[in-house]
Amino acid sequence: MMKGLFKSNMAIMIVFTAVVLTAPIWLAPIGASYPDLLQKFAIFGVFAIGFNILFGLTGYLSFGHAAFLGIGSYTAVWSFKLLSMNVLPAIIFAVIVAGVFSLIIGFISLRRSGIYFSILTLAFAQMSYSLAYSVLTPITNGETGLQLTLKDPRVIDGMVGIPVTDSLPSTNFFGIAMSGYEGFYFCAVFLIIAFYVSLKIFRSPYGMKLRAIKSNQTRMKYTGFNTRPYLLSAFVISGMFAGLAGSLMAVTDPLAGAERMQWTASGEVVLMTILGGMGTLIGPLLGVGIIKYFENIFSALNDAALHEIYNFLPLGLENVMVAVSSPFVGDGWHLTLGALFMIVVIFLPGGIMEGFSKLSRVFGKSGHEATEDVVSESSSKTEGEK
Amino acid sequence: MDEILLQVLNGLDKGGAYALIALGLTLTFGTLGVVNFAHGALFMLGAFCAVSVQQVLTISERVKDESITFFDAYKEVPYLEIWWGDFGSMIIDYSVPISIFVSIPIMLLIGVAIERGLIKHFYKRTHAEQILVTFGLAIVIQEIVKGFFGANPIPTPAPDIVSGSAPVGMWLGLSENLVYPYWRLIYLMFAGVIIFGVFAFLRFTTFGMVVRAGMADRETVGLLGINVQRRFTIVFGLAAVVAGLAGVMYTPILPPDYHIGMDFLVLSFVVVVVGGMGSLEGAVLAGFLLGILQSFASMNEVKQIIPGIDQIIIYLVAVIVLLVRPRGLLGREGVMED
Repeated sequence: MMKGLFKSNMAIMIVFTAVVLTAPIWLAPIGASYPDLLQKFAIFGVFAIGFNILFGLTGYLSFGHAAFLGIGSYTAVWSFKLLSMNVLPAIIFAVIVAGVFSLIIGFISLRRSGIYFSILTLAFAQMSYSLAYSVLTPITNGETGLQLTLKDPRVIDGMVGIPVTDSLPSTNFFGIAMSGYEGFYFCAVFLIIAFYVSLKIFRSPYGMKLRAIKSNQTRMKYTGFNTRPYLLSAFVISGMFAGLAGSLMAVTDPLAGAERMQWTASGEVVLMTILGGMGTLIGPLLGVGIIKYFENIFSALNDAALHEIYNFLPLGLENVMVAVSSPFVGDGWHLTLGALFMIVVIFLPGGIMEGFSKLSRVFGKSGHEATEDVVSESSSKTEGEK
Repeated sequence: MDEILLQVLNGLDKGGAYALIALGLTLTFGTLGVVNFAHGALFMLGAFCAVSVQQVLTISERVKDESITFFDAYKEVPYLEIWWGDFGSMIIDYSVPISIFVSIPIMLLIGVAIERGLIKHFYKRTHAEQILVTFGLAIVIQEIVKGFFGANPIPTPAPDIVSGSAPVGMWLGLSENLVYPYWRLIYLMFAGVIIFGVFAFLRFTTFGMVVRAGMADRETVGLLGINVQRRFTIVFGLAAVVAGLAGVMYTPILPPDYHIGMDFLVLSFVVVVVGGMGSLEGAVLAGFLLGILQSFASMNEVKQIIPGIDQIIIYLVAVIVLLVRPRGLLGREGVMED
């Protein structure tokens, strides 16, 4: 029964939608159920899903996707400033502008492959970052970051007759303010849409062609197949997803800074995708969840909080445990991240999803196999390679 | 004329750092075939070798300051000065040159440990996985250093005797306004010596010959009954030493903090790719070339014509080189093309 259930897109989407929309409830026990973090889960989820379409399917490792995220943010904030506080035009413009940029950058970068492609995308992203910090200050407001001001024209808002107030207006979706849980549910809708698009791509002939490029591009070319349009379209799609994620960031918090475009930000999405499992549908989302959870929860822990956690141990042991764990939390959560990351790459190159499929193979339940078949779409591919 | 010479000099010392890091990266890549993202962290570790030597030398005792008589004042006096007087303060003054000798065995050890402990298991994995695991390692090293030394840059001055500026213009019979810090000149010469040393080592020793043969055709050398692997491990250690020395010597120019390695790493990768993956000469050439280009781009006259060029010149050059000459300036055919 399980097998049939997860074969259909409909069923997957229903389960996924239900899981996402009830996230505030089932995340509550682990202390991750506050709007700020939930919004981050959804936004970075969109980003990672988009990145996975390029990296997971075609194997082209881009080190410059944060540029599109930043471009999306800037476009969205400009839309808030010039047109309207309604989020709809902001998102549409952000996706379009990010798409145009990714078309240009992708067109140039995809002339090379392998590490050369990575360096080219890295170079473009670093150029965007440096320019946003220095010369483009009139557009990006340099180090301070682009913010809303009271003097902004907001043409459309003026025409529709939304009164000008003394305080800064907040972003809204036809009157619903985009903060707190409303903001999360708004982002969650886009996460669900993004997941649906990615599901469709994964299960289409188009997705199959992208995978074929990954496994052997030369052979594809020898059969007379022009791979460039496919690679470029995958690049643009993932760039637009990044732009969407960037605009959602601006929606929940209307400011944009250049540090969003730095290469470490691009590195972060690579980490998320790898950690969860590249080329799988759910993997990137798991990676996002884990990294953002660590970032928010672990970085807030301090020694006092640790003493409380290890309270049940005898005093001597408690102090030892606190001393052992304290370098890994608080300011040191990056250390945890780096170590975790190394462990995953060393022992589970396929990410957490590979861990799951290994586990389910051990237990050998047919039901588990069915789930694995859905969640790790790449399994057929890896077998094909062998 | 003066202006141009000054910019060339400015570019050369930065280029020296790029060239040294890129040289190590290329050595690792050419021998082991591993893309090492932790190489910047090795540069940083070298810099922090200098910092720790300085801190060890200046371990101090709190003594009463006799020169202040109104109230009880204390000052920190390093033990070395208490024991040996002027000779002790001279040793402290020369902490950076001393750290060169301290850092060589340490970096060699760290390099060999990383190779044996981690990189060894990644020969057969994909380049993406190598990048990712070494990136994780770089984060871990960085965080450990941050845990020990804090997040702020730690000033590590050069010896007093070379703290001023050299009248380069007078030496060359040009204007007297052309002056240049002594330490940067020393850095430049040091970089030259190290680069020359590495090349001489690879060209004129039997060990180097085997390594070069192994780089060209590893299997055949292995079939001749030579343990290539062991030599490559030592080469990795050597690359770590080169990066570490570059870091030690760079501390007086830029006070090191924990992410100095990452800052240099990205640029060095660009340098390696521009020079051509796997080409040692290319790495050195591209390092100096990009350093000089960068310093010319930061001249005010140039910035007025093309605003912002100083920020992006290196990346711009990289993009152009990769599109026009896909293998980099001196790269061989077929390296990492897949």
